[in-house]
Amino acid sequence: MRRLGPDDDPDRLYTVTGGRSRADESRFDLVTLVVSECDPTPGMQSEHARILAMCQYPMAVVEISAELRLPVSIVKILLCDLLDGGRITARHPRSAPAAAQLPDPDLLKEVLVALHRL
Amino acid sequence: MHSTVSEQTAGRDHLRSTADNGLKIVIVGGFGVGKTTMVRSVSEIRPLNTEETMTRAGIGVDDPSGVESKSTTTVAFDFGRISINDQAVLYLFGAPGQERFWFLWDRLFSGTLGAVVLVDTRRLDDSWYAIDRLEHHRMPFIVARNDFGGSHHTLEQVREALDLSPDVPLIDCDARDRDSSKKVLIALVDHLYALSARETTP
Ligand SMILES: Nc1nc2c(ncn2[C@@H]2O[C@H](COP(=O)(O)OP(=O)(O)OP(=O)(O)O)[C@@H](O)[C@H]2O)c(=O)[nH]1
Ligand SMILES: [Mg+2]
Repeated sequence: MRRLGPDDDPDRLYTVTGGRSRADESRFDLVTLVVSECDPTPGMQSEHARILAMCQYPMAVVEISAELRLPVSIVKILLCDLLDGGRITARHPRSAPAAAQLPDPDLLKEVLVALHRL
Repeated sequence: MHSTVSEQTAGRDHLRSTADNGLKIVIVGGFGVGKTTMVRSVSEIRPLNTEETMTRAGIGVDDPSGVESKSTTTVAFDFGRISINDQAVLYLFGAPGQERFWFLWDRLFSGTLGAVVLVDTRRLDDSWYAIDRLEHHRMPFIVARNDFGGSHHTLEQVREALDLSPDVPLIDCDARDRDSSKKVLIALVDHLYALSARETTP
C-alpha cells in the first residue's frame, strides 16, 4: 500500500498540491460530502479528474482520501481548488456540535432506529 | 486512465444522492484490540483506511531555531459506513489511541457524536491514556471489553482497574460478531441520548 506522504519526494508533493499551503483545509470536515458539478475535462490535473469521476454521488472527504491514497490534508487542498472553480459542491456536517456540546436528541433517535435495523 | 478510474468507482456502493449530513463515531483502543474487526462487523462497505499528517508547526510546537522543521505526525486510521436515512450517514472510525493520535483529534474528530474505548483486559494499561484524553476533550464515551477468552475479571473489577466513573457504561463484546458490535454502538448512542435528554430537561 503505497501512499504519498510528507517523507516523499517534495517535488511530487508540490506537483499534487501546486505548492499551496494548508491554510484553507478547515473548509472541509473529514465527513463533508462532496458532489461533482461537472465531468473531468482533458488536460485537467489527474487527481482533480479522479475526484470528479468518483463524486458523481456524494462521497466523504475521508473516502476520497482512501481511494486516492493521499493524506486527508492533501485531499482537502485539492478539494479547495475544485470548490473555488465551482466544479464540486460541499455538503458540510449539518450539526457539527461544538466541543462539549451534545448532539441533537432527534438526530440521535434516527441513528438508534438505523442501528436497531442493522 | 480515465476508464480505469470509472471501473474502480463503478463497483463500489455509493451513497444516496440526497445524503448531506455526515456523522462520526470513533472507536479507540490499543494495538490489536479489535478496532478494525468491529468496524468491519457493522459497516455496509469493506473498511477503508487512510492517514493524516501534520507538521510540528501545525500542532503548535514552534521550532525555536526558525529553521523549517521536517518533523511530522502521521496517524493511520480505518473507517466504515452505516447509512442512517436519506440525509444522514454515519462514519465509524477505528483509531489507535497512542499519544500522537491525540494531536490530531481536534482536526479530525471535532464534531464526533461519541466514542467507544475498546479494551483488552490482558492489556488494560493501553486504555488509561485514551480514557484520560477523551475526558480531557469532554467527549462522551462508553467502554467495551473485547472478549479474547480466558479473562477471569468481572466487569466491576475492570471498572475499578480503569478507575471508571459509574456514569460511564461498560459492557462486554465480541468484535467479530455483528450483533455484539451493533449492541456496542446502540449502548453508546443510548448513552448519548440519555446525556442529551438530561441536558435539555430543566
Ligand atoms: N477472540 C477474539 N479475537 C478477536 C476479537 N476481535 C478481534 N479479534 C482478533 O484480534 C486480532 C486483531 O484484531 P484487529 O481488528 O485487527 O485489531 P485492531 O485494533 O484493528 O489492530 P491494529 O489496527 O493493528 O491496532 C484479529 O486477528 C482479530 O480476528 C474478539 O472479540 N475475540
Ligand atoms: Mg486495525
